[in-house]
Amino acid sequence: MNIPEQLFYTREHEWISVKDEVGTVGITDHAQKELGDVVYVELPESGSAIAAEEAFGSVESVKAVSEIYAPASGRVVEVNTVLADSPEILNQDPYGKGWIIRMHLDDTTELHTLMSAQDYQRYLAEEVGE
Amino acid sequence: MRYISLTPEERKQMLDVLGLGSADELFRSIPAAVRLTRPLDVPSAMSETEVVNYFETLARENTSAQSNACFLGAGAYNHFVPTVIDSIISRSEFYTAYTPYQPEISQGTLQSIFEYQTMISQLTGLDVANASLYDGSSATAEAALMAARVTGRKCILVSPSLHPEYRRVLETYVRNLNFQLEELRQAPDGRIDRDSLEAQIGENCGSVIIQSPNFFGVVEDIAALAQVVKAAGGVLVVAVTEALSLGLLQPPGDLGADIVAGEGQSFGIPLGFGGPYLGLFACRDQYKRQMPGRVVGETVDSQGRRGFVLTLSTREQHIRREKATSNICTNQGLCALMCAVFLATLGRKGLRELAEQNLRKAHYLRSLLADHLVFSGPFFNEFTVRCPESPERINERLAEQGIIGGLPLGRYYAERADQMVVCVTEQVSRTQMDEFARIFKG
Amino acid sequence: MNRTNIVVNLNEPLVFEQSAPGKSAYSLPPLDVEEVALDQIVDPKLIRSDIPGFPEISEVELIRHYTRLSTWNYHVDLGLYPLGSCTMKYNPKLNERVARIPGLATVHPLLNAPLAQGNLKILYRLQELLKEITGMAGVTLQPAAGSQGELTGILMVRAYHAARNKPRKYVLIPDSAHGTNPASATISGYEVKAIPSDQTGQIDLTSLKEKMSDEVACLMLTNPNTLGIFESRIQEIGRIVHEAGALLYMDGANFNALLGQTRPGDMGIDVLHLNLHKTFSTPHGGGGPGSGPVACQESLIPFLPVPIVAKDGDKFRLDFDRPQTIGRLHAFFGNFGMMVRALAYILSCGGDGLKQISETAVLNANYIRKRLADHYDLPYDTPSLHEVVFSDKRQERQGVKTLDIAKRLIDLGFHPPTVYFPLIVHGALMIEPTESAGKGELDEFIEAMIQIHRETVEEPAKVTGAPTSAKVARLDETRAARTPVLRWKARGKDEEKDEG
Repeated sequence: MNIPEQLFYTREHEWISVKDEVGTVGITDHAQKELGDVVYVELPESGSAIAAEEAFGSVESVKAVSEIYAPASGRVVEVNTVLADSPEILNQDPYGKGWIIRMHLDDTTELHTLMSAQDYQRYLAEEVGE
Repeated sequence: MRYISLTPEERKQMLDVLGLGSADELFRSIPAAVRLTRPLDVPSAMSETEVVNYFETLARENTSAQSNACFLGAGAYNHFVPTVIDSIISRSEFYTAYTPYQPEISQGTLQSIFEYQTMISQLTGLDVANASLYDGSSATAEAALMAARVTGRKCILVSPSLHPEYRRVLETYVRNLNFQLEELRQAPDGRIDRDSLEAQIGENCGSVIIQSPNFFGVVEDIAALAQVVKAAGGVLVVAVTEALSLGLLQPPGDLGADIVAGEGQSFGIPLGFGGPYLGLFACRDQYKRQMPGRVVGETVDSQGRRGFVLTLSTREQHIRREKATSNICTNQGLCALMCAVFLATLGRKGLRELAEQNLRKAHYLRSLLADHLVFSGPFFNEFTVRCPESPERINERLAEQGIIGGLPLGRYYAERADQMVVCVTEQVSRTQMDEFARIFKG
Repeated sequence: MNRTNIVVNLNEPLVFEQSAPGKSAYSLPPLDVEEVALDQIVDPKLIRSDIPGFPEISEVELIRHYTRLSTWNYHVDLGLYPLGSCTMKYNPKLNERVARIPGLATVHPLLNAPLAQGNLKILYRLQELLKEITGMAGVTLQPAAGSQGELTGILMVRAYHAARNKPRKYVLIPDSAHGTNPASATISGYEVKAIPSDQTGQIDLTSLKEKMSDEVACLMLTNPNTLGIFESRIQEIGRIVHEAGALLYMDGANFNALLGQTRPGDMGIDVLHLNLHKTFSTPHGGGGPGSGPVACQESLIPFLPVPIVAKDGDKFRLDFDRPQTIGRLHAFFGNFGMMVRALAYILSCGGDGLKQISETAVLNANYIRKRLADHYDLPYDTPSLHEVVFSDKRQERQGVKTLDIAKRLIDLGFHPPTVYFPLIVHGALMIEPTESAGKGELDEFIEAMIQIHRETVEEPAKVTGAPTSAKVARLDETRAARTPVLRWKARGKDEEKDEG
């Protein structure tokens, strides 16, 4: 299971990386494996406000839908529109080309409530049985 | 009991395997207090002959459109049903299968639905169609729900000439969802008053439902209305009760409709006392993931051969549960097949020819009743007339001559108690129309 | 003898791909009014020029087209179709015959009642028989299928509470329920709260008590539930629900198990829907039409949809004058043709026959359960009625999943069971043989399932590579959903032109 060191993780299996108050958000390798082949990604509008722990989009496989929850509050500044035509990128490169949105964070201290890579690894082992 | 195959001996063998002394013990998980201890008060089994006689006798207590000229339409049309339809849908392979959950052994159903979806797209001028809904009325209600999802606006503008029963079904579907239904105004020619639409549409009201040809038979100016809806960023739903009109009139999609919801009964489905009918549903490609109901899509198998599957299923209740785009599961599959066979039978030329016959005949009757017309707007095969005496009385006199008259409007519109909607299909003859006009005029 | 054999499946293109100008399958009578120019009677702007790409084939081609397509379908008349919770029983031919009697099938729904007495009598008779069979006081036949029946029932529940000044907020639904239940509750304006199942596979009473309050409108309970298990604490469930002023809705999808054995009306149910296309033998039609009548107790009768068929002396009439009605779900009376078939079925079976049906359906399911229990994991050992749910736990260890087992059954000549439902069972295989299966066919099915289990150990590739004998091999559903192709379009020189 690929769990990069420098990222923060949610219990709903999203990741976020932050640089200068701008966070990049995606779903984890575990999440994409659980879903299987992604066929559609429902993306938010650029410029829309999103709130921590609330769903801002969804990822669909043939037989399942999974909501994507915001790791923090803020405003969407960029959407990965490549996913609209090539949702398989989410399976192929969940931490790289498969990023979903970039957002301007309201409050970077919110990130303290998220899990580190080690925490997430432990969480997967305990809660999910990975 | 001829529908059961177990012999008493086999029954006993099977109970032995289960270690049970009697079949009754199979039901031991049902508490004794709620077990039925008496036989059901249902008559004992009737033989096949008795059942046939029972229904044949009841049939004689009906006035059927088979043995009477029928001028009644209003959402149910007496069109001819080509013989091939019953021949095909009587094949067990079609009518005793279920929803194609296992595509490898359901390609017959799946390909036929794919063809059906294509023909509905072609007829409506829209990009995609679903695999069917229950009937025109619930399809219209589903279209309203979808339009509200797409626009995010919960006020819906409804044409006053939407079929009153469709309106009633729509009200039932939305009554607990905090929707507002506002009525548009009708112009004297029987069409929607464009100015009223312009005045009422806005930030709250984004979805517009009209019917064309409308309940009074008048063909709406869809293009003009669509312009207004588009300018306001809304969604235009066009309901169609007489699907045959699609064979001749400009497709609503080409004129700017975003969703077409309709009744497909005219396409090979018998009057059947109101059902089973067929809910048609088509929309623009950009809205396909908001569509209700099942959809068939093309794909390939593991060896690269073309095949068909149910797809975009994540919209549906079995996956998205309370967040599904609709609660529908079982639809009207066999009726969709009847429709597809009908459309393939009539085909590119025949459908138009049939539609033209309806239009021409209806205009012939109109020429006989020219002094009685209520609306001046264009019509297809139905129109509204003001009656020289009560419409009910006229219908009684028609019935005495073996003619089923038009629909008296007083039941739906108190102010139109002197009017009826008359329908002419290819099934009524010129002689019958002459007779109708003679009796109508008294 | 081997059940399957190689059969020839003729390939068949789409109807559009066989079309050519000049071919046709229709014949119309000559027009008997003057053929005036169209533009004299209607504005040419309203008329479409053509329907590009629309079919043009001969009658022979049409018949062969659909006949060939039909041979690619598995169907009830061919053999066992054990789709759990779908009740794929035999569809009697007699029902088809009577439903097509012209005097019944060509009646206009807007005729005045005196002209349609025969059909109204059919509606009335079926309505009254269903009251007796369910033990309920009121029935509407209008809902077009089970999920519309659910919507009708929940709307009635809401109207009932609203009439008592508070529509309430929640509908409780067990996690084993069919997806239509939560979807129907949502359209009715309710929020859904899920109730877990306990280790016996029944609704968890502790959780039910916790979640019950005066904000709960009803509990939607499928009984027997989707595991085939009768909720044996039904009386206590009724008490818990009713003490909070809520109502008890029963999803009657599995009513085939209960015919003549027990009645919802006698077990505290307030409102339920039935599926005529399951319990009462009307054909499934490749996905419908169905019919989903709703039955209710006296207290809910005022809220039934309009119209209701009433009887005055020996005359039948339509009663629209019902001020508290929820309204209408269908433009006319629902799927009348299905009602004719269901009535023919009930009359053909008689009271005794109906009881024999539930008895046989339950016996068949339990026989399968017993004989397969050594080979497939049974997640709940609570007694079950008309269907049995296994999991793929044992086979999964060999890398074989439920989907593979289902596809291998196709090669062995059977329609697979319902798979991956209910959601509370890992890799569920939900088997409902119905009363229609004879012992010989049950044994063959059981042997096929045992063979598949053996193959998962000995030659798993045979299972994971199935089916090999169907018209097509496994289809790429991912591709279908990623780049949806939902209609045919002309290519090349025949390309459809936009109309202008």
